[in-house]
Amino acid sequence: MSLRRPYKEQPKSFEFSQTSLDAANKIIANYPKDKKQSSVMALLYIAQRQNDNWIPLAAMKYIAKLLDMPYIQVYEVATFYSMYNLSPVGKYFIQVCTTTPCMIRGAYKLIDACKEKISENENELSKDKNCSWTEVECLGACVNAPMMQINDHYYEDLDKNKMLEILEKISKNETPKPGSYKGRKNSEPENNRKTLTNFKNA
Amino acid sequence: MLKLKVNNNEIEIEEGLTVLQACEKAGVEIPRFCYHEKLSIAGNCRMCLVEIEKSSKPVASCAMPATEGMNIKTNTKFVEKARKGVMEFLLANHPLDCPVCDQGGECDLQDQSMFYGIDKSRYKENKRSVPEKNMGPLIKTQMTRCIHCTRCIRFATEVAGVPEIGAIGRGEDMQITTYLEQSMQSELSANVVDLCPVGALTSKPYVFEARPWELKKTETIDVMDALGSNIRVDSYGWEVKRVLPRINEDINEEWISDKTRYACDGLLSQRLDTPYIKYSGKFEKASWKEVFNIIKSKFENSNKDKICGITGDLTNMETLYVFKEFFNKTLGSQNIESRNDNRYLNPEKRENYLFNSKINGIEESDFILFIGTNPRYEATILNARIRKAYLKNKTKVISLNNVGDLTYPYESLDGKISNIKDICEDNHPVSSLIKSSKKPLIIIGQSLLKSKSAKYVFEKVKTYLHKNGKISNDWNSFNIISENASTVGSFDLGLYKTKNGENEVLKDLEDHKFEIVYLLGQDNLKFKKKDEFIIYQGSHGDNGAEIADIILPGAAYTEQNGFFTNLEGKLQKAYKASYPPGDAKEDWMIINELAEFINHRKLFNDKDELDNSMLNQINLYLKKNDNKKLPDSNNLFFENEDLKINNEDYYLSNVIARSSKTMLECKKSKINFKSTGTEG
Repeated sequence: MSLRRPYKEQPKSFEFSQTSLDAANKIIANYPKDKKQSSVMALLYIAQRQNDNWIPLAAMKYIAKLLDMPYIQVYEVATFYSMYNLSPVGKYFIQVCTTTPCMIRGAYKLIDACKEKISENENELSKDKNCSWTEVECLGACVNAPMMQINDHYYEDLDKNKMLEILEKISKNETPKPGSYKGRKNSEPENNRKTLTNFKNA
Repeated sequence: MLKLKVNNNEIEIEEGLTVLQACEKAGVEIPRFCYHEKLSIAGNCRMCLVEIEKSSKPVASCAMPATEGMNIKTNTKFVEKARKGVMEFLLANHPLDCPVCDQGGECDLQDQSMFYGIDKSRYKENKRSVPEKNMGPLIKTQMTRCIHCTRCIRFATEVAGVPEIGAIGRGEDMQITTYLEQSMQSELSANVVDLCPVGALTSKPYVFEARPWELKKTETIDVMDALGSNIRVDSYGWEVKRVLPRINEDINEEWISDKTRYACDGLLSQRLDTPYIKYSGKFEKASWKEVFNIIKSKFENSNKDKICGITGDLTNMETLYVFKEFFNKTLGSQNIESRNDNRYLNPEKRENYLFNSKINGIEESDFILFIGTNPRYEATILNARIRKAYLKNKTKVISLNNVGDLTYPYESLDGKISNIKDICEDNHPVSSLIKSSKKPLIIIGQSLLKSKSAKYVFEKVKTYLHKNGKISNDWNSFNIISENASTVGSFDLGLYKTKNGENEVLKDLEDHKFEIVYLLGQDNLKFKKKDEFIIYQGSHGDNGAEIADIILPGAAYTEQNGFFTNLEGKLQKAYKASYPPGDAKEDWMIINELAEFINHRKLFNDKDELDNSMLNQINLYLKKNDNKKLPDSNNLFFENEDLKINNEDYYLSNVIARSSKTMLECKKSKINFKSTGTEG
């Protein structure tokens, strides 16, 4: 992963909508008054949700002023975490995990599928401007490797063909079903569970 | 006190030190990059690893508190291996471009790699390359060399109080930059060049100028403001290449302002190198004898009351003293003045023009009130001290005027003089703050002293502080920020002519009562010339030389030995680092020779005699100056006015700065910043 830079075409201004502001105030209230800077990460995420899944510079400034902290410190946080997108992403934002367990189980084949179907380079919008993909570090679902995240949902136990199917659905603007694509429930063993068999929802 | 062992030597240290500091007390040097005494502890370079008994891993000594009974080892194989490992990682991405790096020869990484580096690299991978960053007209960046010690970030945030530098990205992609690569808006910004342990941040005006080992280093005193910061002047032949800070905990700690550091290129241009005479509006070169002849005949043909002398802002005390002797003894005139404007002066007591609480005293203070000053520009280093006090004690600061960002929070009143009247009559909330604080600081600036209400405020505030016991032998809360390096020295030597604090010489000058005006390095005088014959003696061709009829080329502060008294009254000696260009001479010598030419008798035989005579006079003055007369504030004329503070000329306030290209660029970069509106 290389250093992400702010997008060239920046909106002039940014302000929290009423729902965002309410959510932000709720989070700010969690911290002591002189430590309200602690809520910067949550606020950046709220800004990202509000602004089509990416954070413009104006939003960073807005948050810095709201929390009474230097611009550069908000900027540092925003560039540090891969969770924050500093340039526009597709309506369907695909994050493919390529950390070791997923990599061993064939994550790079998923990347190939993305390259074929969406765009040659990561963080590049697809031709229909609907979709973009990126490689990310571990998303914490190694049991179901290889996996990816589309917007808020995990898609697990993938291979190249399944991946292509999902991408096909996306291109038709359908939302594919999240979860395991190997027919198992959550991270249960592959051929049904062997223990706790008399519990329905163990 | 704690007892612990460093390399099997037992030492005793006070509590609260780190292992690194303990080792230093024991005389063991620990290599380090990120640790710096004046900054917070980061602990990220890992170079200071030591072995501590019972700890299986090496410990970063800068971040580890020293505790009782520790057995610290710094010279074992284990420690050396650990440090070698760290150095190998640091060098993995560091370009080995020392031959073209300005830091070469004074680089921490270079020095330490001599001890801990290995001769070959085990890495075959490409080195990381990082684009250069814009940090303004003073700091050149070569970020590929950066080792991420974060000293610059900590300096900007903590000491300078302008949190504009930060580290973006992470891991291998971490980059140090200013916010969106704007230039750093601080008057202390170039100190990050000194702090940078590698060649990532280097000095832009000094780029590829010289190597540190070819420079002659002279430890001397700065004259750009009244602080008297301790500096080291590095010169190559005649040229002053750069100015660096010298540690003086009582004055500038380790920092100097950008003006102190970079105005030095003004020493190279606009210099007067030969005497000049003005014939029908044009200057022509002349010899010393010719100009002396003219001056002699002029002096002989005019009444001694029609002669006046005005001294300048960068003049050292020997010159001031010999100038005064020249006027009093050789010419028999008393018309001599060091102020170039109508600033109020009450010379009854020395404390009336000093920063009485001392610069170190700022840190003890619990309440600060500014009257007519913007310390950020008038005394940058002092402002850094106030910020330090604020960070340490959360000192409450109130300013009469709103002067913009001072790098610490303060409350501002509306700038009306009536506030001061109310305070002194106990009708203002600030009154109780002054009374209730143990060590208040009332800081009066030149903007007030130049205003019409100067006398009123000055005497009223002083009386008020006396009445409430805030001026005593233990603590004198009454402080003046002097404007120039020579201000306090001039007043100590009695270079003023005043009744009721007015500037009589200037008044007579404006009324065109003088026939001959002798300007000694005085370039800030605003007056309309009529028929006066003006002699200008100084180092630069500037405002003073422009109106002169005769120019005597003098020396700048780096070209002659001389004493300066700083704003808190500390006498310090500046040393000669270079020599005056061409036919120019040291200032005291010119006046001495002129006196000999006129009177056939030298004022002083040599510099030593002059120094001794001047120091005697100063000592006599200091002894005499302990009169117990209390201030009197009756019968003062009160006029309510809006106090204005103008620091627009900060970067161009004296001849050297005005001749400096770098200062001009600094000024421009500030203007750009304001006009683009990107700051908000």
